[in-house]
Amino acid sequence: MSIRALPFAIGRAPKRVLPGFGLSLGVSLLFVSLVLLLPMTGLFGQLAGLSLAEYWAIISDGRVVASYTVTIGAAAVAALVNAAFGLLLAWVLVRYEFPGKRLLDALMDLPFALPTAVAGITLATLYSSNGWMGRLLEPLGLQVAYTWVGIALAMAFTSIPFVVRTVQPVLEDLPVEVDEAALTLGASDGSAFRRVILPHLWPALVTGTGLAFVRSLGEFGAIIFIAGNMPYETEITALMIFVRLQEYDYAGASAIASVVLFVSLALLLAINIWQGRFIKRLHGGRG
Amino acid sequence: MSIRLQNIGKHFDAGRQRTQALEPVNLDIHDGELIGLLGPSGSGKTTLLRIIAGLESADPDSGARILFGDRDVTQVHVRDRRIGFVFQHYALFRHMTVFDNVAFGLTVLPRKQRPTTGEIRARVHRLLEMVQLEPLANRYPAQLSGGQQQRVSLARALALRPDVLLLDEPFGALDAKVRQDLRRWLRHLHDELGFTSIFVTHDQEEALELSDRVAVMSNGRIEQIDTPDAVYKAPANRFVFEFLGDVNHLEGEVRDGVLTCGEARLSASLPDGPEELLLRPHEVRLAPAPTPEARLPVTVTAISPVGAEVRVELAADWLGEPWLATVRHADYERLDLTRGQRLFVIPRRWHRFNAETTQRRQAMTA
Amino acid sequence: MQRIGDAPAVRRTLVAAALLLAALFLLLPLVAIFAQAFAQGVGVFWSNVSDHYTLRAIGLTLFITALTIPVCLVFGVALAWLVTRFSFPGRRVLQTLIDIPFAVSPVVAGLVYLLLYGRNGWLGGWLDGHDIQLMFAWPGILMVTIFVTCPFVARELIPLMQAQGSREEEAAVTLGAPGWTIFRRVTLPNIRWALLYGVILTNARAVGEFGAVSVVSGAIRGQTNTLPLHLEQLYQDYNTVGAFASAALLALIALLTLAAKATLEWRAARQEAHP
Repeated sequence: MSIRALPFAIGRAPKRVLPGFGLSLGVSLLFVSLVLLLPMTGLFGQLAGLSLAEYWAIISDGRVVASYTVTIGAAAVAALVNAAFGLLLAWVLVRYEFPGKRLLDALMDLPFALPTAVAGITLATLYSSNGWMGRLLEPLGLQVAYTWVGIALAMAFTSIPFVVRTVQPVLEDLPVEVDEAALTLGASDGSAFRRVILPHLWPALVTGTGLAFVRSLGEFGAIIFIAGNMPYETEITALMIFVRLQEYDYAGASAIASVVLFVSLALLLAINIWQGRFIKRLHGGRG
Repeated sequence: MSIRLQNIGKHFDAGRQRTQALEPVNLDIHDGELIGLLGPSGSGKTTLLRIIAGLESADPDSGARILFGDRDVTQVHVRDRRIGFVFQHYALFRHMTVFDNVAFGLTVLPRKQRPTTGEIRARVHRLLEMVQLEPLANRYPAQLSGGQQQRVSLARALALRPDVLLLDEPFGALDAKVRQDLRRWLRHLHDELGFTSIFVTHDQEEALELSDRVAVMSNGRIEQIDTPDAVYKAPANRFVFEFLGDVNHLEGEVRDGVLTCGEARLSASLPDGPEELLLRPHEVRLAPAPTPEARLPVTVTAISPVGAEVRVELAADWLGEPWLATVRHADYERLDLTRGQRLFVIPRRWHRFNAETTQRRQAMTA
Repeated sequence: MQRIGDAPAVRRTLVAAALLLAALFLLLPLVAIFAQAFAQGVGVFWSNVSDHYTLRAIGLTLFITALTIPVCLVFGVALAWLVTRFSFPGRRVLQTLIDIPFAVSPVVAGLVYLLLYGRNGWLGGWLDGHDIQLMFAWPGILMVTIFVTCPFVARELIPLMQAQGSREEEAAVTLGAPGWTIFRRVTLPNIRWALLYGVILTNARAVGEFGAVSVVSGAIRGQTNTLPLHLEQLYQDYNTVGAFASAALLALIALLTLAAKATLEWRAARQEAHP
């Protein structure tokens, strides 16, 4: 085989106008291999030591299954709440002028900038029975700390920027004529939003919500403080991995981690594919 | 439906600066008329159109009133004005098929007024037939050409049978051939359906060809409103004259009925003093020798024999800017024009506007 | 100009709702951090911050961050240059791969490193034989921190460099500029703000990473405790004020990050308005 047959062959270099192909490719591939891919071999190595039956026994253990339910349920609630709240925030930030707008805009990134552990202990303190919010909510019969509501709250806090920051630019780019066309055709605010604006935002909204959901599934630091971590009740899957590790049950931790990893990557891929299809339709492909 | 505009003014405040986009305008448009708002960018024509549509509001302090027939719509929201609006860039809903786009206005009607699904379908198909797009009903806008999209946009605007159709540079984004076709087609449609239309354009040819009356605008003012023929032949002022076509300028000093400019001379019965005369390219005749009235020596710098007439560019020391003359092909051959040739200009007629921009025209035969 | 939802009643309702929710959901926690940290006065806060173990945790955190940023910077720039300036098979795959750290739970990230480099891992076993311990020591913390932060710089640069295109660099090539000069004189001035923003985000995440680090650190007080781990320990020991003193430091970094971001965006907007 000649060197020309290789896709990255140096023999083709003269065709590239700009310099640095070899160097940037080398650095990127080295980094991706060493930092991203090589460590995955450790996981698969560990899993290879398990028989299918053992693997199944670990991931279908009652306590672990309960943790899936808690995690997915809370993440779904958090994602849906964020979809509504994020849409509202993005809309208000793009469409209206009001005092404090820039501050609100800056505040949107707080959950990304704030370390998750800090968010965790803060939310736990705020919503515990003698915290500022807990004192208000508990007399109303709403227990947040140490319940799945608290888990959903922590998940929603850490992932709200995903929705806001994906919807915001799309809303900004929406030409004013789209509004005007709907209005000249007699549409009310409600029907114009539902029939015209929302379909434009839909890909971004679903993507943002999907990303928020994926993030919530894997979130750890923000949740463990407020969750209470009662087995079968308020134990999230990421914590299950951690618990297995502390028991030096590496195989168990790996099996559960592989489930989390697979679900996250599959979701990420699904979001990408779905988004690609949607965009294609708007830009000339057949629906 | 007739449209009456009274004192429609508009200003924008940007920081401390106040820009007058529209000086208070009065305009009466008859039922079934097709009016062109013509002007350069920034002349306020689009602002005026958008105010009529209700997309912008006129300055409230000037006593602005907009009447559609007997109905005062000044305070009526755009969604209740019953207008059809066609946008320059079509503004079709990208996520809807052609059919859904056209049906949109009907489907968002309040339930009591909304036709049945069957009726909507029949009506949309009739409209699509009218704009000759029925086979494309299930396509998405991105799959259509610009001209097709603009026809969909028109069908969508007509679906609610509006009293008034407003078009903002409807053909501005299309190429020359498609423009020409759509223009004719729109005129035909207008005559057939009998609605009242106002369209905005910066293209003189388009305005003159399409409109019943043309309103020429500049700097937020209507400079003149009249039939295309009258606007072209009897421009109200210098702006209108210059905006409607190519213009050649002749600046000089008049003394004893002769205008002098460098080595150029032209008899003109005008009072003594500085003067500026304007000539259209077709009002410029070329001859191998001067006449007793006119001695305007020029040199041919460029010849473009494309189209119905030959365009000849002329230069001379006494000219600030080159002149343009249009010559019939027969004359072109007779004069045997070549680049660098020295000739004399004989004006067929000329125009003159004094400083107050009131109209004053002079004609002379040559 | 008429737009959907412009009616004053609609506008006021929506703005009020957004402000109220944001205040409860985002602002209140921020206020609570500082309120808790200073609950027993500035003196107690100060003594908590200047506590020996806290100082050691701050030191380790800064050390890890200082090492992480240059690595992420080099990788981010190289990757962005590669995928925006050249087309080659596998480009899309590479772009997708760098999103992995965003999708992977930090605990899982920590775990895969532990499995590989830990004493039982195939590489860790070999390293252990040579008396090299990476896990439960600072190199492990550094490695997982790099893992979770590596996409930030690249993610900021790629869309920008894609939008800018390579015309300017190609022009520089035709003028005979060598590679490094092209990057320094043509590319870098165009991307410097995005680059800085990427670094700020990397910094914020590196300082605050918790899940992945807690798996590989071993959390030995005074040795392998980063600031987030330290505050966790204090919190578990019911030393709430102490925990919030560390939290306040981290929140301060977060606030500086937000301020820096707002400033950079304001700058970019101004540059767009007056090029």
